Amino acid sequence: MAQIELSAIRKSFDGTDVLKGIDFRIADGEFISLVGPSGCGKSTLLRIIAGLEPQNSGEVHIDGRPVDGIRPSARNLAMVFQSYALYPHLSAFDNIAVPLRMRRLSAIERLPLLGALLPGRRAKERHIRADVEAIAEQLDIAPLLRRKPGQLSGGQRQRVAVGRAMVREPLAFLFDEPLSNLDAKLRVHMRAELAELHRRLNATFVYVTHDQAEAMTMSSRIAVMMGGELIQAGTPAEIYNEPGDIRVAEFIGSPKINILPGRIRKDGGVDLLGTALKLTCNAAAGDCRIGVRPERIELGTGPFSGTVVHLENLGAEAFVHLAVEGTGSRLIARLADVKHLPAMASSVAFGFAPDAVRMFDPAGKRIELRVEQAERIREPAHV
Amino acid sequence: MSNAHPIPVRAILRHVLLIAGAALMLAPFIWMISTASKPQTEIFSSELHLVPYQFALVENLREAFAKANLLRFLLNGVIVTVSIFVLQVMVALPAAYALAKLRFLGRETLFALVLFGILIPPQATAIPVFLLLHKIGLLDSYAALVLPFTISVFGIFLMRQFFKTVPDDLVDAARMDGISEFGIVWRVMLPAAIPAVTAFGIFSVVAHWNDYFWPLIVLNSEHLRTPPLAVAHFRNNEAGTSYGPLMAAAMVIIAPLVIAFLFAQRRFIEGITLTGIK
Amino acid sequence: MSDGSMTIGAAGAPAGTPRRTLPAHGSRRAYSAYALVTPAAALMLVMLLGPLAGVIALSFTDYQLGAPHFSWIGLANYQDLFADKVFWTALRNTLTYVVIVVPGAVIAGLAIALLIQSGASLRSLYRTIYFLPVMATLIAMAVVWEFMLHPQFGLVNGLLRGAGLPAFAWLQDRSTALYALCAIGIWQAVGFNMVLFLAGLVSIPKQLYEAAEIDGASSGWARFRLVTWPMLGPVTTFVVVISGIRSFQVFDTVHVLTKGGPSKSTEVLIHTMYTEGFEFFRSGYAAAITVVFLVFVLLLTLIKSRLADRGVHYT
Repeated sequence: MAQIELSAIRKSFDGTDVLKGIDFRIADGEFISLVGPSGCGKSTLLRIIAGLEPQNSGEVHIDGRPVDGIRPSARNLAMVFQSYALYPHLSAFDNIAVPLRMRRLSAIERLPLLGALLPGRRAKERHIRADVEAIAEQLDIAPLLRRKPGQLSGGQRQRVAVGRAMVREPLAFLFDEPLSNLDAKLRVHMRAELAELHRRLNATFVYVTHDQAEAMTMSSRIAVMMGGELIQAGTPAEIYNEPGDIRVAEFIGSPKINILPGRIRKDGGVDLLGTALKLTCNAAAGDCRIGVRPERIELGTGPFSGTVVHLENLGAEAFVHLAVEGTGSRLIARLADVKHLPAMASSVAFGFAPDAVRMFDPAGKRIELRVEQAERIREPAHV
Repeated sequence: MSNAHPIPVRAILRHVLLIAGAALMLAPFIWMISTASKPQTEIFSSELHLVPYQFALVENLREAFAKANLLRFLLNGVIVTVSIFVLQVMVALPAAYALAKLRFLGRETLFALVLFGILIPPQATAIPVFLLLHKIGLLDSYAALVLPFTISVFGIFLMRQFFKTVPDDLVDAARMDGISEFGIVWRVMLPAAIPAVTAFGIFSVVAHWNDYFWPLIVLNSEHLRTPPLAVAHFRNNEAGTSYGPLMAAAMVIIAPLVIAFLFAQRRFIEGITLTGIK
Repeated sequence: MSDGSMTIGAAGAPAGTPRRTLPAHGSRRAYSAYALVTPAAALMLVMLLGPLAGVIALSFTDYQLGAPHFSWIGLANYQDLFADKVFWTALRNTLTYVVIVVPGAVIAGLAIALLIQSGASLRSLYRTIYFLPVMATLIAMAVVWEFMLHPQFGLVNGLLRGAGLPAFAWLQDRSTALYALCAIGIWQAVGFNMVLFLAGLVSIPKQLYEAAEIDGASSGWARFRLVTWPMLGPVTTFVVVISGIRSFQVFDTVHVLTKGGPSKSTEVLIHTMYTEGFEFFRSGYAAAITVVFLVFVLLLTLIKSRLADRGVHYT
């Protein structure tokens, strides 16, 4: 297993900048997700690590050694593709065996008829067979080894693809959106399997996805990419609770974080819709954006109000969509008590604790906030 | 997948090999033009040279046209191929539409027969068709050249496959507008199938322009000769003596198709290799 | 879509027939359908299926063009045929031609397609150049080839002499004539095969090559064996069979350049059929030759459908 280091990676296609200078270090053994919307460059970055694309500038180091100029087959990495890229004419067994045969058998030994006659080959094939069957046991696909990819289900094919990657004992595993071709239920199941696999193998996983839920649930660390830049990297909790950029805050978390227009006063205080929040900051006076997650909105009490325009009852929880009075904005609040839902078109008061606020400047950067101490001593922190 | 080397050895090797092969492919064409441009003396010399010392293309062409009615033969080629194609379309399109969009007793059988017909090589039916035309007295005529080819089972198959991809809604809308089934073929299906019809047209025109076997069998009269026959007769008469005019005549005969091909390469390649898409 | 065409004849249609199913036989639409297919069906019968049956039937007669009567003579034509030395020569020559031209044109076509695809530059240009021989009227180009192969003044011998190699009377010499025709045949067919292979190559998913690369197949040969060749399976089968059938039909070059000579060294099946059927007008005998020809073509087609079914892959 190895650590991977990216320095100042740049890449452009046909004049468009796809990667605008990525600096990043992936520690040995961690499960890191590269997550971001389509077109943010995450797949390109993964392919640069694999060696399938050359970068325009910058360096890739694997285990301390620079790998630029080393071709993919020599980098000792394994990749699981979105479409699995299984060889359709080979059985599952042969698919998994390909990397082993490529490594351990010479070109002549690989020839169909001639190779079988060579002396050492029998022993090598037995070795290969043992390795493949061991992997198949681990992945629970041993009974499927004779079948061809066309005869396997999506989840089974995915496991064969993972097996083909595992069997090489690579320095790191690269995953390019491997779950996007599966249906929702299977995806949830495979998420757990992959996370478990990571724990078992204790290997470095680099995982590319556009699904933030996948990234949040499986990774030890997340790297959020947008527009060719790495915006923020951190543990799922860090990314969720302390987004450094409004884009990160809006991308991670479902439903999306609520953003309302606010104002910073000259004295550093913060106003929202005419009400002063119990918060101060050091930023210059001007407009700002106030972010509060749906589960931190408290309905029924508070200095703000809105009209219920939509209700989503999911059984275990509900989401209330409000049209906020005083602005054109919509706000979503999470309600755990589904038995007492507000009525449609009714007016509801709402508020939130000051420490629920994540504030961003007009450019999107996070502004540090301090909760006003005075109020906190006297009464529960309610705005 | 190799990383870029300063000297692109692979790329150079590729070009070298492809150019060598291209030289082999083009050699006859170049030799043809070269010989057609040489006077008699230069042709009958053991010394090999490509560019003529004396440019004689115009004379050779003049002689070629004098010895054989080349324009007439080219015209025959046009008449025959265009007639065949037009008739093929008129016969195949309605049948393809019926096979693709309508239900009737015998539809599956008919389609099976179409598929079977594609397998039959043209030489297999030559003798009986010849005898039939002989009986009717149609031999040695434009009709003899055109009639047997008006049925193109390959065209029916192609069009039917294409028509199947046209949405049923389009057909229903036409019916509601009061268009008859026959009208639908020409007013709805044909416009939707222009690319396929074009590809088929190219395939048909090229195949029949270059057909030697059938015109050889059914024709006697000189004035009806199609381009391949024209070249063959020219060669029979002049071989051994007038190579210059012979090459010039060959040039003239292949010119129409080659020029058309150079202008619309993609279409041509699509059309000819339609046989590939079964 | 109730336009009143649900007649009594449609009573047999199951309830809940989807809207798309048109009413059955007795309706207006079915009549239109018959009208639309009649010309095609009639022509198919007269020009294709009828003659096919006719040629088989003819092979059992002794019919000659212009003769007032003919009689059924059973397998006599075939007996004469199989006893005829010329027939066996023609068959042997045809098979030789096929065995040389098919691998030659297929391998060359594949090689050219691979070369063209392996780089990005000038693809269109090369494709056009290699396809040109397919387009140009074969008879005309055959005549050009004939002059190129001229013993004294031809390009080929000129180049050979220039290189100090021996020259041959290519089309006039018994031992070389057939091979000269094979060369022309390969020359003409390469472009066609190339285009089919190009279409096949383009349809191979790029990710398979990337997976192969990661799996360790770094050399071109390894990638060819692991991905390219297996994925080209169906196309290759098709190209081989089509080339085979077209080679079996060889006639034009033989008739124009050698007329089967010298000494029957270039006599081929269809040429024999032509001379018997359209120069000597021994229709029954020629029909027998045609049937033999048909058997071979049928064999090739059967092989193709067998192999094609087996070779279909799903990704």
